[in-house]
Amino acid sequence: MSYRKGLVALCAALLFLSFGTSAYAATCVYCSEGSPEGFNPSLYTSGTTFDACRAVYDRLVLFEYGTTDTIPGLAESWNVSSDGKTYTFNLRKGVKFHTKKDFKPTRDFNADDVLYSFNRQFDPNHPYHKVSGGSYEYFTSMSMDKLIKSIEKKGDYTVVFNLNRPEAPFVANMAMEFASILSGEYADAMMAKGTPEKVDLDPVGTGPFVLVQYQKDAVIRYKANPDYWRGKAKIDQLVFSITPDASVRYAKLKAGECHLMPYPYPADLAMMEKDANINLMQQEGLNVGYLAFNTAKKPYDNVKVRQALNMAINKQAIIDAVFQGAGKIAKNPLPPTIWSYNDKVEDYPYDPAAAKKLLAEAGLAGGFETDIWAMPVQRPYNPNARRMAEVIQADWAKVGVKAKIVTYEWGEYLRRSMSGEHETVLLGWTGDNGDPDNFLAVLLGCDAVGSSNRAQWCYKPFDDLIQKAKITTDVTERTRLYEEAQVVFKEQAPWVTTAHSIVFIPAAKNVSGYKVDPFGNHEFYHVEMK
Amino acid sequence: MIRFLFRRIAMIIPAFIGVTLLTFALIHLIPGDPVELMAGERGIDPVRHARLMAQLGLDKPLPIQYLNYITGVMRGDLGKSLVTKQPVLKEFLTLFPATLELSLFALTFAITVGLPMGVLAGVKRGTFLDHSVMGLSLTGYSMPIFWWGLQLILFFSVYLGWTPVSGRISALFWIEPDTGFMLIDALRSEEKGTWISALRHLILPSLVLGTIPLAVIARMTRSSMLEVLQEDYVRTARAKGLAPWRVIMIHALRNATIPVITVIGLQTGVLLAGAILTESIFAWPGIGKWILESIHRRDYPAIQGGVLIISSLIILVNLGVDVLYGIVNPRIRHTR
Repeated sequence: MSYRKGLVALCAALLFLSFGTSAYAATCVYCSEGSPEGFNPSLYTSGTTFDACRAVYDRLVLFEYGTTDTIPGLAESWNVSSDGKTYTFNLRKGVKFHTKKDFKPTRDFNADDVLYSFNRQFDPNHPYHKVSGGSYEYFTSMSMDKLIKSIEKKGDYTVVFNLNRPEAPFVANMAMEFASILSGEYADAMMAKGTPEKVDLDPVGTGPFVLVQYQKDAVIRYKANPDYWRGKAKIDQLVFSITPDASVRYAKLKAGECHLMPYPYPADLAMMEKDANINLMQQEGLNVGYLAFNTAKKPYDNVKVRQALNMAINKQAIIDAVFQGAGKIAKNPLPPTIWSYNDKVEDYPYDPAAAKKLLAEAGLAGGFETDIWAMPVQRPYNPNARRMAEVIQADWAKVGVKAKIVTYEWGEYLRRSMSGEHETVLLGWTGDNGDPDNFLAVLLGCDAVGSSNRAQWCYKPFDDLIQKAKITTDVTERTRLYEEAQVVFKEQAPWVTTAHSIVFIPAAKNVSGYKVDPFGNHEFYHVEMK
Repeated sequence: MIRFLFRRIAMIIPAFIGVTLLTFALIHLIPGDPVELMAGERGIDPVRHARLMAQLGLDKPLPIQYLNYITGVMRGDLGKSLVTKQPVLKEFLTLFPATLELSLFALTFAITVGLPMGVLAGVKRGTFLDHSVMGLSLTGYSMPIFWWGLQLILFFSVYLGWTPVSGRISALFWIEPDTGFMLIDALRSEEKGTWISALRHLILPSLVLGTIPLAVIARMTRSSMLEVLQEDYVRTARAKGLAPWRVIMIHALRNATIPVITVIGLQTGVLLAGAILTESIFAWPGIGKWILESIHRRDYPAIQGGVLIISSLIILVNLGVDVLYGIVNPRIRHTR
């Protein structure tokens, strides 16, 4: 009898243990790199904050998982008027907002939530405009304040955006984090309670996960939203274990304390690849690193000099020395993952002899002195600017160009390079919305001279192409225009395009369904724990 | 005694003013501002830059900014973080228990290991044991914290799997912070294994943070022991035929610990400074990590407030030590 009792107890214990295991299996622990600044993405600009918010909110338009293509989100469909100035979004019905301790929604998502989310940023007289600092940096820097003329509600499930000018990337902008949809009902309730800032700290969204706990610098916990309109996530809990140091994140992954980690050290990649317990996922990032010539200064106003210095650089040596395998040579100002990338463009070959010849043609046979500005910080498109500057310095010395490496504190570096104090400057860009305009117009357009156009390059044939593409809604035509613009760019050589980095995500073997996002975002809705 | 106390307290006021002035000056000497950093590669036009700076109150001349700040401090208002928009004091108080818990553990570790090590080295002067203890403490003192922390993680957490890598508790436990001290909060949890998990998470960070104070305490105890062991009363005690351990533990050690206590008081500053690195390695959500991040983001009110509170704590601990010393040794009270 006692033997049978023991057997029953053993079976019960095993059953209990197996339940325990399955409960854990539904939890995904992501070792994130830092604390979010808050939980309203329209107030901030950092990727860390966006990752923490993405789990909670949806947008009218979404990016298809793992791509830069746009798909319907909270808007089921949209129409663009023939003049390209009116966008009508038809909203999805039956979408529920999260229920929190202090707030239980009484209605589904509707046009009022869209109006609240956008008017808060757009209208300086909106009661929420000044809450939590009232600075909507992304909205402003994407020129949405100048672009939008008015936002109208046409019934509960239709919202119309009237624009001041046609803007083809507008739909892609609607998929960006600043365009996340917050609950207007929750905002009203918190305003009535006298705690409006709570909307930005304890978020209520329609997204796949509900925020349940946030401890600054320690942990963010979410549970799956059971009413999610795309279906409940396959994991029950999502935990962000905040771990700022990349080596420690790697140690945690190895010790089984987390399942996924972002931003590994390039030096650790080889070891990760060999590790049988780690699945090292990778994808080319939506970024470009470049060296911009200040075309407003001599001798860089001469296209021959720019072409010569392009030919004088051994890009493969840069990839080997600086990226240690985590980068790819860039030939265009657009990354290859973006539509309209022109693969037919031929990069300048590494040819010091031809470079010398071109310099002689430009009247600089004896070489000249210049500077190379190197960023003081590590960026996704350039993990070690100082090293890159040294490689370029050595290459240019071979063609008689003596370069001095200059660096400043990061904020100072950005400010001075914006005003064009440099002769050549190393910098780069990570795309926001997957639209070519976000690279070509922002970095090389005439309007951006004196700000993000570090080459101070305003070339009419190029600018005409990108301006035309901006107001054209037909994607085939836009693709053609951007492809042509890339050819013009290469001929004129305002930059040396250096590299596109590769984004790596090491994950535990029991994680499936995760895709590396070209934007560098981290999204967990599709993740499954085996 | 009261006069002595007043004199000591009066000396604190210029120290406080000095700290606020120095912090204020130093952080404004760092080039770059929070608005530029927020804009990043995108850049920001000068008009908008000026407007945002004005919004943050950073457009006024520095002396005015300082005066505004100091007036706020007098009223107990340390301002709001430029990044999270939360009151600095609230952020500090949320994170401080984590640092305090870690520091207390580190100090306990340093004392319980450092003191006996120092006594042994002092008693066995010139032996292999003495040389080993001194060699080890010198190594501990000069070891880079970051490197040391990573080595311990790799060995104990990754290779042996004995201790967790980082954090305050396993990510699988849900603890609602109440007191902020994880060991206390974990006790209230109904989930099994929570408290043990919290304790295990404390081991490596305490070891790393306690290494330098341990080395200092061991060396100080040793030299103090050597001095005391040569005193007449020790010789007398020995001559009386007392057991050697009694001579060492009761007669010598008690007197030898007086300078050691001062050193322990001074270690408060070392612990809080060391916490910046230790907390970064072990993802420990305390004030060290918070200040470091605030520096990166040029979050001026957070840096100023954090440094001010920490310096105040160090000043107060040292005042406490001074006063204790005055009580123990009345001669100090009368020294001018």
